Parts: sequence; C-alpha cells; structure tokens
Amino acid sequence: MQIQKHSNANSAHTERKFIMATTDLLAFANAIASGAIRVVDLTQTLSPEFPTIVLPPEFGQCAPFRLEEISRYDARGPAWYWNNFTVGEHTGTHFDAPIHWVSGKDLPDNAVDTIPPAKFIAPCAVLDCSAEAATNPDFILTIDFVERWEATHGRIAPGSWVLLRTDWSKKSFADYAGLRDDGAHTPGPGPEVVKWLVEERDVHGFGTETIGTDAGQAHHFNPPYPAHFYMHGKGRYGLQCLTRLDQLPPKGAVIFAAPLKIKQGSGSPLRVLALIPGNAAA
Amino acid sequence: MSAPLVRPKRKNPLARTRLPLLPQGQRSRTAHGLTAAAAEGRFALQVCEQCAQVLYPPRDACPRCLSARLTFKDVGPDGRLIAETTVRVSTDPYFRERMPWRVGTVQLDAGPVIVAHLHGDTVEGERVRLALKLDKSGSAVMLALPAQETPHMHADPHWREMTCDPQYRRVLISDGRHAVGQAMAKAFCEAGASIVFVGIADPWKPYPGMAELAGIERVEIVPLDVTDTESVTELAGQNGGRIDIVVNTAEHVRPGGVIERSNLTIAHDEMDIRYFGMLRLGQAFGPALRFRGADGTNSAAAFVNLLSVHALMNWPAYGAYSAVEAACLSAAQCMRAELRPGGVKVLNAFFGPLETEWFQAVPPPKLGPLALAKAVIAALKGGLEDIFVGDVAQDVRERLDANPKALERELGAH
Repeated sequence: MQIQKHSNANSAHTERKFIMATTDLLAFANAIASGAIRVVDLTQTLSPEFPTIVLPPEFGQCAPFRLEEISRYDARGPAWYWNNFTVGEHTGTHFDAPIHWVSGKDLPDNAVDTIPPAKFIAPCAVLDCSAEAATNPDFILTIDFVERWEATHGRIAPGSWVLLRTDWSKKSFADYAGLRDDGAHTPGPGPEVVKWLVEERDVHGFGTETIGTDAGQAHHFNPPYPAHFYMHGKGRYGLQCLTRLDQLPPKGAVIFAAPLKIKQGSGSPLRVLALIPGNAAA
Repeated sequence: MSAPLVRPKRKNPLARTRLPLLPQGQRSRTAHGLTAAAAEGRFALQVCEQCAQVLYPPRDACPRCLSARLTFKDVGPDGRLIAETTVRVSTDPYFRERMPWRVGTVQLDAGPVIVAHLHGDTVEGERVRLALKLDKSGSAVMLALPAQETPHMHADPHWREMTCDPQYRRVLISDGRHAVGQAMAKAFCEAGASIVFVGIADPWKPYPGMAELAGIERVEIVPLDVTDTESVTELAGQNGGRIDIVVNTAEHVRPGGVIERSNLTIAHDEMDIRYFGMLRLGQAFGPALRFRGADGTNSAAAFVNLLSVHALMNWPAYGAYSAVEAACLSAAQCMRAELRPGGVKVLNAFFGPLETEWFQAVPPPKLGPLALAKAVIAALKGGLEDIFVGDVAQDVRERLDANPKALERELGAH
C-alpha cells in the first residue's frame, strides 16, 4: 500500500513529462506521415546474389544470405508462407560493433546487444566522393578532402555518422566487388583521416556503400584496415553496403540504424533508414 | 555396320512425352553377382571352386559337382554366335515399343551357352564378345557385340538403350569454377554433347580458366549456385526439361578431421556445397530426368556424382571431408533407387587425391582432372554405375575388399 501511495504522489509529475514527450513525438510522427520528413531506405535487399566479403580461402568465410522455404500455402503448411534464412553477421547492409575488431575487444558495451540503444539514432554528414571514385576505384579519402568539404558545409558535428558517398551501390556486382588478381579495388578512407575523424571530430561512426568500411586494398595500409582499427578501437561503429546516399543532403539527415540484438554479436544485417527534410534536394 | 547416329530433330511441342517403361528387372539375390560386375563394366560369371566349371545362369549349387562354393570371377567374354532370331511381336510393354529385337545364343569359349541381346553388327556363326550391361531396369543382361569394333557401333539402338552416351545429349556441369568442372566441360564437348550448360556461382568473383571455359564450343555458362535453393530451382525451371545428364562437380576440399578443427564453419560449408548441394540438384532436376527417361534419342540418361573414394573409408587427414563424401554416397544410393523407374542411371565416380590446389601437400600418385573427366565419359558410354578412377581409388577399393579393418588403421596411421 505504501508503495502504491508513493507512486500516486509522483503521478502528476510523470504525467506532465509524458504529455510533453507525446506531443513532440506526435508532431514528429505527423511530419513523417505528411512527408515533411522523408524516410530514405539506405538498405540493400538481402538476397543470395549480393556479394559478400571475400577472405583468403584458408580463413573462415562470412555466410551469404540464403532462404529456405518452409511452406507456401501447400502441403507443408496449407494456409501460410514462411521461410528460414541463414546469414552471416557481416552480410548485406550491416552494422559493425566495436567488438568486431581486435582493437575494440575490451571496450565496455562493445557488442550489438550491449550498445546503448540511443546510439542507434544519430545525425550524419555525407561526403560526396562520387566524382573522384568514378575515375579511380582506389580513391582514398584524406584529411584534406574532408577539410575542403567542411569549408563548404561547415564542421562535422560531434556524434555524427560520416557516410562516404561513392555511388558504388549503383555498380554491377562484378564492379562492385572489384576483385582482381591482387585483391579488391574499392574506395575507402586512409589511416590518417580515420584517426583524425575520431580524435578531432569525435564522430559516431563511419559508413560506406562498399562491402567494407575500409578500402579494397586496405590490408596494405598502416595500420591495416584503419576504419576498423581506429573506429572500433575508440568504440565507434561501422555501416557498410549502404545505398541511396545520393538522396541525402550533405548535412541535416538523421540515421536510424539498430542492429539485431544478438548475444555478444559483432554486428548484424539491419535496416538503415535516413530521415531527411521533405524539401531536401533528392 | 550401324547407321551413324543422327542429331535428333527438335521435339514436337504438341506431342506427348512417352512415359519410360522398364524391362523385367527381377533377379535372384545370387544373380545380382552379375549386376555387380555389370555396374563396373566387368564380365564375371560364377566359377565352381570345387570343379572349376564356369556357370550360367547363376545358381546356388554346381550342376556338375553339387558344390555350393560358387564365386563370381572375371572370365573371358569371347565366344561364337551359334544361333539368332528376331522377335517381332511381344506382349511385354517395354519390348513392344522396341520391336523388332534380335536375340541369339552364344557359345562362350569359357564353357556355358548364353542367350543374349544382339548388337546389330553381330553375324550368326561369327565370333562375338559378350558384355554384361545394365538395362533400363538397372539389372544385368547379356549383350553380344561384334568381336572387333565396327563403325558407329555405339549408335546401335540396343547399345544406346543400355548406355548413357553423351553424344547429342544435353549436359549440366553444376560447377565450372574449378579444374574438374572445366575438364568435364571440355570432355563432354569432345564426346559430342549437343550443349553443355556450366554453372557458375557468384559470377562477380573471377576464377582461373574463366576465358578458356567460355571459349569451349557448345558451352553455355549459366548462373548456378548449389548452395542456393532458389538458384538451383530457377535453373531447373528454365532448362530442367532439356537436360539429359547432370554432372555434379561442386567441390569443397578442406583438410582436417573432427577434433582437429575448432568449430563447424568449414563443416557447414562442406555439407552445404556437397551434400545439400546434391540434394538441391536432385530435387530440382530429378523429377524431370525421371519423367524423360524414354524421350527419344536424347532421352534423360544419367546423374553423375564425383565422390572421394574416402566415402568408403575415412581418411582422417581429410576426415571431415571424407564424412561428407560418405553422406553423398548414401544419398547417391537413394537417388539411384529413385531414378530407376525412369530408366535413368546414377554413376558414382570414385577418385583419390586430385592434382588440384587443396591436395597440394599430398604426395603422388594424384589424379589429373582431365583423366577423371575422360573416365566419366567412358563410363557413361559403357553405361556403368560405379567406377574407381586412378591408382589410389583402385587401391583403396581392393584393400577394402581384402580387409576393411586394416585399411581403417592404415589410413589413420600418423
């Protein structure tokens, strides 16, 4: 009874806070419904054909997406259609948690099940490198490039995703994977700029259209795979295999990217949504 | 001389596909000694251990000395065709469709007189050689052949009925990414297949031999990933009705045993590519193969499995791989029974280590992919069910017959 009374005493305060929150959120929901806020799906369809990362064959490989029909209104289940699927944590459009890389292995809250959920919603800055990448599949992002971008669009705000627009998602699968006899040739960030983005701009994470957050030839960098090494080493996140980055404004979009809650998961395929002002240039 | 085989006309889409019928296939348990020999292309008859009499038909006691110790042994197949006749009318549904049909009596040099089906080039009174063949029902029958090769002898309708000759047939090679699949594509084209579909998974991933494969005459590259049910089903939907021979070349060779490995990632891949891959191919292509077993000159003919001989006895250095191959062998036996009603054969080609990347550290003798491919072609032309290709496969087979426990210990010795 005592407890009941206590909660009653607080109810007025709780109710007021709740009403304020619902009012704001309803306005937000209405803005989405009316199109004042537009939702852009940055996700590739999970399909068996979509390229996955290729490691040397003596290493374990990431499982591609596979679908096995359980029933389709037939003898296996007369009134229902459903499937079993298998997939790796790093297949299709996916999220990288800090625990994915050895540099982030001992950080607190470093797995997809323990990352605070508020981290799944964050603003983003979109760096358009599509012109550079169009002529050079080995295009490497530099500090200089970002500073020039900031001169036009302003400083990257702390806690922002940095998304690298390369238009790579528009390529054929063969060009998308970019595999040659000396490995993959796809654009990505150099070591200095990743370290700088983390230390000088305090970014939330790094996202790309390519198969990985790192460049195709990043195993030759120092350190190898810098986007993985520095981002995850400082508890930041990764997104890859994104699409439709060409629909986002350079600044002002909000990313919703919540991975599956896999116990001690290193990442997961997910739906990545961008919220942009309805009047933003497409 | 037989008339050469002519390229079959395109099928009339308005004509009903004839259902496959089978000749009478019942045999006694003892008579399956002939089936075993026919499956491997050997000519074996019972030989009495007591009095050395060569016997036919198979029986349980020697008619000369009453000994029950009758063992199937390879004997000479040569003899003389002493009488022949042509059957023009039959009440048997299978033979009715194939009249006239020549049969004859052969006096074998080894002793017995045998009633046999006659190849068109055999002549009464002349020398012949007998072959044990598996007929459409999968049972052993005697076929008398001319003593010497004759022109186009493989075009003979009796011969073609009992074999799976790739000539003018349409072939699917399930995986052309590796050396074996590429050698197989080349060999089938040389054997006169009218089209060779070659499956390639993940076409965005380049592979060695890509240009050469695409350059082989009558090769058509098709998207096919045996680990993807949708991909297999889609190809079967498009081309299943015009594929006569399926050759599963999908492979995933990795060293390591059970305890040697620390998780199931590789084992999942092995099972998915080899065992589930085979099941997917069987489920997608099997029904059409079985339905089209009597569909003219280019009827559905065979499903070919390439199996490690270590399916028969585990080789712990490649222990998990051997186990998966054993699963595939078991499934192949099942498919053989399932395809038999269509008169479609399942050929199991057993081999030892190959001259390929994942057997790099294994010392010779190793089998070249082209040698394996040629052996498969020869086996299909002969209508065989089981072949042991190369020294290691034959050695394992012989040691397994002699003393399986010794083989187990020797393969597991460090």
